[in-house]
Amino acid sequence: MISGVELVRSEWVKFRSVRGWVIGMILAALLTLLLGVFVAGNGSIGCQTSPNGPVLSGKACTPAVPIGPGGEAVTDSFYFVRQPLAGNGSITVRVTSLTGMYSNGGQQVQAGQSPLAGMTKGLVPWSKAGILITAGTRPGSAYAAMLVTGGHGVRMQYDYTHDTAGLPGLASAAAPRWLRLTRSGDVITGYDSTDGTHWAVVGTAKLAGLPAAAQAGMFVTSPLHTKTEPFFGGSSAQSGPSQATAVFDSVSLRGDWPRAAWTGANVGGGKYSPGTGIGGFHQAGRGFTVTGSGDVAPVVPGAAAGFPTTTIEQPLAGVFVGLIVIVVVAAMFVTAEYRRGLIRVTFAASPRRGRVLAAKAVVVGLVAFVIGLVGSVGAIMLGLPRLGNEGLVLLPVSLLTEARVIVGTAALVALAAVLAVALGAILRRSAAAVTAAIVVIVLPYLLAVTVLPVDVAAWVLRLTPAAGFAIQQSIPRYPQVNAIYSPAGGYYPAPVWVGFAVLCGYAVVALLAAVVLLRRRDA
Amino acid sequence: MEATIEVDRVRKRFGRAIALDGMTFTVRPGLVTGFVGPNGAGKSTTMRVILGLDAPDDGQALVGGRRYEALAHPMRFLGSLLDAGALQPSRSARNHLRWLAYSQGLPASRVSDVIEQAGLTGVGKRKAGGYSLGMRQRLGIAAAMLGDPAILMLDEPFNGLDPEGIVWMRGFLRSLARQGRAVLVSSHLMSELQDTADHLVIVGRGKVIADTSVADLVAAASGDRVTLRTTALPAAMAALECAGAAAIATGPDVLTISGLSAQRVVTVLSTDGVQFSEVSAHHATLEQAYMEITRDAVDFRAEPTPEVAR
Repeated sequence: MISGVELVRSEWVKFRSVRGWVIGMILAALLTLLLGVFVAGNGSIGCQTSPNGPVLSGKACTPAVPIGPGGEAVTDSFYFVRQPLAGNGSITVRVTSLTGMYSNGGQQVQAGQSPLAGMTKGLVPWSKAGILITAGTRPGSAYAAMLVTGGHGVRMQYDYTHDTAGLPGLASAAAPRWLRLTRSGDVITGYDSTDGTHWAVVGTAKLAGLPAAAQAGMFVTSPLHTKTEPFFGGSSAQSGPSQATAVFDSVSLRGDWPRAAWTGANVGGGKYSPGTGIGGFHQAGRGFTVTGSGDVAPVVPGAAAGFPTTTIEQPLAGVFVGLIVIVVVAAMFVTAEYRRGLIRVTFAASPRRGRVLAAKAVVVGLVAFVIGLVGSVGAIMLGLPRLGNEGLVLLPVSLLTEARVIVGTAALVALAAVLAVALGAILRRSAAAVTAAIVVIVLPYLLAVTVLPVDVAAWVLRLTPAAGFAIQQSIPRYPQVNAIYSPAGGYYPAPVWVGFAVLCGYAVVALLAAVVLLRRRDA
Repeated sequence: MEATIEVDRVRKRFGRAIALDGMTFTVRPGLVTGFVGPNGAGKSTTMRVILGLDAPDDGQALVGGRRYEALAHPMRFLGSLLDAGALQPSRSARNHLRWLAYSQGLPASRVSDVIEQAGLTGVGKRKAGGYSLGMRQRLGIAAAMLGDPAILMLDEPFNGLDPEGIVWMRGFLRSLARQGRAVLVSSHLMSELQDTADHLVIVGRGKVIADTSVADLVAAASGDRVTLRTTALPAAMAALECAGAAAIATGPDVLTISGLSAQRVVTVLSTDGVQFSEVSAHHATLEQAYMEITRDAVDFRAEPTPEVAR
């Protein structure tokens, strides 16, 4: 039996001995790298620290973005009415009202004018008001909160990225919402209730390293109001700040509270906060009225962040160009043999045709993987510093995610090459195979991130092999953050591994079809 | 495994065209078997069926008693050359042979061996695309010889060879047969096989017309006649007639004998002590023999196709 190693070695000699193919692959790596770097260097950020101050640009404009306990960039600005919690204990409140105002954006706030001028009455869906226990008031601190929202009912949220639904509906005098947080060590449990007697657990949060002396109290915040207008080939978004006001009563504290006076202050905020910076509170006995603006949430790329962001996958924008070259070479690796009749020599040497195809797929797949790896590592290493110098904030991700994006991109390129090999074996003609490979792999991606309407693009990126590009998405989609999660913005409709599995599926099915045809057809 | 190719009642159709219509013959070791017939007679298709490249509709082809596809490293048992042009033009000859060698689990040293054997020393590093047809034929031979196979199967190996190349190819094929290998060589020109083939399988329209040794074929075409020059005419005639031959005096001391081969004539005369000065078989050329055998079967010849007019 011809061993797989012999065949792979044989096909490797075939591949490396045609200079055009080797050059093509190197070119693919260079295109991936250079285009990525070019795209990365194609923007510039300008800013002014004060209305009449000097115009700055680049890194000088980069805001300091807080980092949450999970290592992600977060927005952490809200109005906080608090007192220390020295150990275990609980806080219970009733929320009887949540109201707000928002701006559509577009209108310029004149100097000396209130930021509230021109705002519309109403809540944004993720306006938040509730109770919060936090490690401290430094932005990015670990926390757990029970809260009512403008449009998503009661939630328990903690450490920025976690979100669990509680009771539905908007809090009002007619339908008040009772919220409770109990702390035991570093475990915080959230409860909700409609009447203050029947309580339901919404969730439990373990806040690693929560100091004995925590801060706890009531908070209100309200994120940017974003209005999106779909138009042909994408959507445009306008956003403006919003603020919310909540009425709390029946505030009761149990446990290890030193019983200091309630103090109120804006946490976070600053120039790049999505809030108005306006906040305050009014106490009447056990009742409080609190107003705040901002958000307590992970940062997602795009307009919702309130400042220019970038992601580690942004320099990979050139991958599709390298991919075109790679699928051409991969398809030709098979079709060139048909064109010259060399396929008969190959099959006379190795009559097990399926194994020949497998060896070809292994060789091209490995070469493409290495090329993809070199191209994307290079693009990221050269591209990210350029993006940083322009003043964009890189949204940090874990090392594991970074590795997944880079290795995943290489695997995406490898799988696309394998798919092209299979298409070459199925179609046998260079022009047909190359066209088919580009049409099914590269074109859907290109159309989806450029001209296709968002809905259509979403389906294209679920159903075609281009779904595999999802492996490049480094920042997850957060249901608790309103943003435009579009392909053009780097968001893929399919979950990362589902999208990747779709591409794998196409490659496997195409290979199997190719093997069946190779066996059935005369060479 | 015995170095044989057995083609047994193979039928193959391409659409409505019948390419092979019960093709049956055997190739034996130690002989050069010529596979002769006009273009389109089914020679290449038969070879593709033998190599498992085309699946027969019916019948089977076995090499050494097994299907070619079942062989582990098939080129170590059967080396073949179907189409000298089947090369990636930008790949060097050496690399072409190298991938083939690796696919058979052979060391790279075999590549140098066969390059020398095929007379391509010094040009192995050149791109195959720049090779003349003659050089490609030699490269194809080198590829076929990589596995040092017991069976060689070559489709039209004389195509494109210069006279020197033809002489080389003939000597090469003869030497392979002398080493005990089975050699199947196709050609549409019988003259190419003169002095090369021991055995002939003559085909037309997808089946075998004649399966014969070259000696028998030539003898048959020569009408089995032997010319004898002797001064003892009566004694010779008596001895030969006694041995069952018909002898007619065609000159003062010349007899034309039919019914006995030249060899038998010599044996008979020597046994009876009859003196003679010359025995010669009346030799037809292979080409004449081929024409004779296919004369009665004109429709086996290639039909003029529109392609010719192009």
